[in-house]
Amino acid sequence: MVRKLINGNYAASYASKLVRAEVVAAYPITPQTAIVEMIADFVASGEMKAKYVCVESEHSAMAACIAAASVGARTFTATSSQGLLLMHELLHWASGARLPVVMVNVNRAVAPPWSVWADQTDSISQRDTGWIQYYSESTQEELDNVILAYKVAEDPDISLPAFVTEDAFYLSHTYEPVDIPDQKLVDDFLPPFKPKAKLDIDDPHGFGSLSMPHQWYMELRYLIAEAMDRSREKILKADKEWEKLTGRNYGGLLDEYKTEDADVVLVNAGTAASTIREVIDKLRKEGKKVGLARIRCFRPFPTEEFRALGKKVNTIGVMDRCYTFGDGGPFFTEVKSAMYQLKDRPVIKNFIAGVGGRDITMKTVEKLYDKLFKIKKSGLDSEKEWVDLKTPEVV
Amino acid sequence: MMVKLPMPAEELVSPGHAGCPGCGACLALRVALKALGKRTIMTVPACCWAVMPGTFPNCSIRVPILFTAFETAAASASGVRAALDAKGIKDVNVLAWAGDGGTLDIGIQALSGAVERRDDIIYVCYDNEAYMNTGIQRSSSTPIGAWTTTTPVGVNKEWKKEPKKSGVEIMVAHRIPYTATACISYPEDFMKKLQKAASIKGPKYIQVLCPCPAGWKSDPEKTIQIGRLAVETNTYPLYEVENGVYTVKKPAKTKPVKEYLMTQGRFRHLKEDMLNEIQGIVDTEWALLLRKEEMTAKK
Repeated sequence: MVRKLINGNYAASYASKLVRAEVVAAYPITPQTAIVEMIADFVASGEMKAKYVCVESEHSAMAACIAAASVGARTFTATSSQGLLLMHELLHWASGARLPVVMVNVNRAVAPPWSVWADQTDSISQRDTGWIQYYSESTQEELDNVILAYKVAEDPDISLPAFVTEDAFYLSHTYEPVDIPDQKLVDDFLPPFKPKAKLDIDDPHGFGSLSMPHQWYMELRYLIAEAMDRSREKILKADKEWEKLTGRNYGGLLDEYKTEDADVVLVNAGTAASTIREVIDKLRKEGKKVGLARIRCFRPFPTEEFRALGKKVNTIGVMDRCYTFGDGGPFFTEVKSAMYQLKDRPVIKNFIAGVGGRDITMKTVEKLYDKLFKIKKSGLDSEKEWVDLKTPEVV
Repeated sequence: MMVKLPMPAEELVSPGHAGCPGCGACLALRVALKALGKRTIMTVPACCWAVMPGTFPNCSIRVPILFTAFETAAASASGVRAALDAKGIKDVNVLAWAGDGGTLDIGIQALSGAVERRDDIIYVCYDNEAYMNTGIQRSSSTPIGAWTTTTPVGVNKEWKKEPKKSGVEIMVAHRIPYTATACISYPEDFMKKLQKAASIKGPKYIQVLCPCPAGWKSDPEKTIQIGRLAVETNTYPLYEVENGVYTVKKPAKTKPVKEYLMTQGRFRHLKEDMLNEIQGIVDTEWALLLRKEEMTAKK
């Protein structure tokens, strides 16, 4: 094990090297570029044996990864924002083809106006593509999540693609000390990729051909649904195995902090969780029982975990760093939906915060906890609230 | 004189495909796989050939096929090649097999990328000069004067007014090691070009004219004859460009373009003035082609 001071982008590059990715196809986009630059360096220096395909677009990046994975190669790519949106068609293709392509997405706002800063609209927009989605809070977690994602994605019972996200700049460009595991540890944890079926000249088959309504399309979709449901236990199993090897565990699909006795809880995903933890420690000292539930996996959704949370906490604030126009924050609507089956449902408030990279400060978080206490006392004021929004006069 | 080559007996396109009667694209793949053999992996985007092999889990093609999204034939072929290289698997032809819309419209970016990267793939555009699988809509490869469902004739005479895009010339502009046109009416010539392509490392592009009775409104039994007329009238010249050097096959006797056009319902609305205009375009293009051959001839 080596401890290095690296940023989130380099953590992704190191992870792709540690998993011995065989084919990397990638296209540059801010703030992801450092990931693929470092991989290019690894390949150039011979440290990494991968074939690096400098494609002409993200769409082709994903197409090349899909094709390479169809031959049985372990594949990696990285993108962000517009690039991820351009890939959208092929994200569906990867899951439909049951290919464990793994990707890192830097969570960046979607234009217009141009913004390269943190926002989760890009990855949330891929909600229905059949990809497992990991969100990272720290650089270390991001590196680990990439390795864990391969373990789960390539599991023969799963065979689904997975991406790991990191918030633009908060993770992508922020340096933190990171334990880089030994190659042998990763090799033992993640054996070579052995697909059940592949493009093989000695055993020719067609992959992805036509299926009529009375044939197998619906059944094949059902199998994806089952595999995605099964991935919940596989994610937890991989986490446990990783913990045994490294001592690190990130709390499963829903990472809870001081929720056991909490009066109010904030829900969030990504780096703002670190700020929330700081505020929790501060408020706890003042005797305020506050907690955090960090969504680590958005797909599969931690439905059962949220129901368990809803049984012990009756006031929940869901923070979204993006918005579904005409409805609400996507985390908010999903959390609400998970809680619906509970007999005594908690009050759930939606805070839209940090959109387009606007800073979520400790002061902001404290204000939100105050609000939650008020709601707990006198009921829900309004369902949704955009936090730190400039006043209409200023706009 | 056309060289006659023995056609391998092995059929890698088996009976039971879903092609229309008289389908030129069907013959094209049959010849292509005879030429390239079993050690071939195909990538096929949305096109007639995405449907013709049959429905899952059956497949009438006896080489591995990756069916892919519309714009990804070339990028997918690059991915297959990268994985084969990563695994040390050698002596495999990676064949991207796409229609003219998938190649020259929606797939041209990925094709340009793969060719510029010098990826070791054979890209065949089977050119039936419109979106035939979706029901005869114009593509940039549809020739001038043609009726399609999106260039209907009507009282306003809205047939296609723009000349056909040249895939081979776009490839030449990429300094591609090998590119050629072909026509299913000349299977030995097509086979020879495919085998030459397979012997060259790097990207190769062949565009093969495939008459489409359903889309061209032509008689299914005249597919071969129509293909021959396309070549004999210089409408679809057979030529290859190897490292920038042009070699053009010259018909023994050039026939008027009208003879070719009048075999097809898609041109039946054209009056004398338009036929003359098209003849003029063909003559100009042919003269230019011969000049290119002359200019690039090895001295």
